[in-house]
Amino acid sequence: MTDDIRQILNEHGRLPIDVSTLAQSADLYQAGLSSHASVNVMLALEDHFDIEFPDSMLKPSVFESIAAIEAAVGELGAKAGVA
Amino acid sequence: MSVLIDRDQAFLDAVVAIADEQTAPNADAVDREARFPVETIAALREVEGLSAFIPTELGGGGVALQTIAEACFELGRRCGASAMVYAMHQIQVITMVRHLDDAPWYEDYLRLLAAEQRLIASATSEVGTGGDMGRSIAAVTPIPEEGESYGFEKKAPTVSYGLHADDLFVTLRRSPDSEPGDQVVVLARKDQLSLEQTGTWDPLGMRGTCSPGFVVSATGLSGEQILPTPFSRVAAESMVPVSHILWSHLWLGIATDAFDRARAFVRAAAKQKPGETPPTALRLSHLMSELSLLRAEVGSALTEFVELSEEPDRERLSTMSCALRFNNLKIAASEQAPRVCQSALGVCGIVGFKNDTPFSVGRHLRDTMSACLMVANERIHQTNASLLLIAKDV
Repeated sequence: MTDDIRQILNEHGRLPIDVSTLAQSADLYQAGLSSHASVNVMLALEDHFDIEFPDSMLKPSVFESIAAIEAAVGELGAKAGVA
Repeated sequence: MSVLIDRDQAFLDAVVAIADEQTAPNADAVDREARFPVETIAALREVEGLSAFIPTELGGGGVALQTIAEACFELGRRCGASAMVYAMHQIQVITMVRHLDDAPWYEDYLRLLAAEQRLIASATSEVGTGGDMGRSIAAVTPIPEEGESYGFEKKAPTVSYGLHADDLFVTLRRSPDSEPGDQVVVLARKDQLSLEQTGTWDPLGMRGTCSPGFVVSATGLSGEQILPTPFSRVAAESMVPVSHILWSHLWLGIATDAFDRARAFVRAAAKQKPGETPPTALRLSHLMSELSLLRAEVGSALTEFVELSEEPDRERLSTMSCALRFNNLKIAASEQAPRVCQSALGVCGIVGFKNDTPFSVGRHLRDTMSACLMVANERIHQTNASLLLIAKDV
């Protein structure tokens, strides 16, 4: 699942740095994730994992790191490696 | 509970007295001369109005947010610019009070503010960011020669009452290496600041806010003057919704006064021809329904915000649906307030159009026309458009 999330961040996060250099717990906003780009990341995550983030999860803390995103996606029941 | 209510009511009574005795008589001069409302702010200082929201244990008045909002409404009924100065100061104070975690310097600062009734202005916009408050160019910059000391230089397109404020609340990048969105907010004291004015101030409305551009620079800042909570969180949980709530209350105040003037005009007409309902009474009825829409939106947003603020960790205030909710307040109120004022002008006709009658509403119309520009509505729509792609229950 981590690889998929990193791939999505690479494609939609518009980060000024290479996502592969980021630690699991690195702060994505400090790394340059804008609020606009984060919406595109959320959309891509919903599409890729076939999930829907409820409104209660649509807040910055849920998407602040790769580890946090993984936990959120896992909580919604997506299976790792779903293509 | 009754002690709390008594305290809030006493404060509000004092504000209403100031609004009647100082704000209203000076409103036209403040507008005409585009001068700072010195009388109102001095009188508010005397009743410790600048520290009203600060908790009593830090030396403040301990009144509720609803009371501050009501004070903005009452001041707005007499003078939009005076109300805006008071509202903008309160936005900074309320933001600090809500984010005091691990910020002992800020507790001391609020005690100082209460003791000296210091006035805070803000510098959140910046030349070169296209009006996006969520990005900064200027950064908190270490000054190695001075040990543990920081400075900054920020080009601000507007700093309301910048020359009249004691201190400035400024958004900046966390460090010179930080990304534009990695922001903090810093309280800089007057003795640490220098302001170089970059433009003039001769606007259409809100003239008494005295808001030209400045190059703001500061030196000798300590690290403790950086609020520990990141600005993104401060903005979502406090600064943005509180701004929209207090602004909309004072816009409602201006619109309410325009309505009151229109009603006085219709009553005067009715007295001249007893037994007949003047044709303008019908327009007044239309105007009242426009005003009630504005009042409903402003009131419900305040109630919702207070409820959300009482939840543990204020969890829901950071969600997209909440961002949309308080953005909608700003858009709706900023469009509806000038609409009400224009309808009031339609009721009063030429005596409303003239600037020197008891029914003049030109200042009201001009002041409320600033509403859609302070944080431009189109920018807020852009943000909403993006959030709507993913938010579910809005």
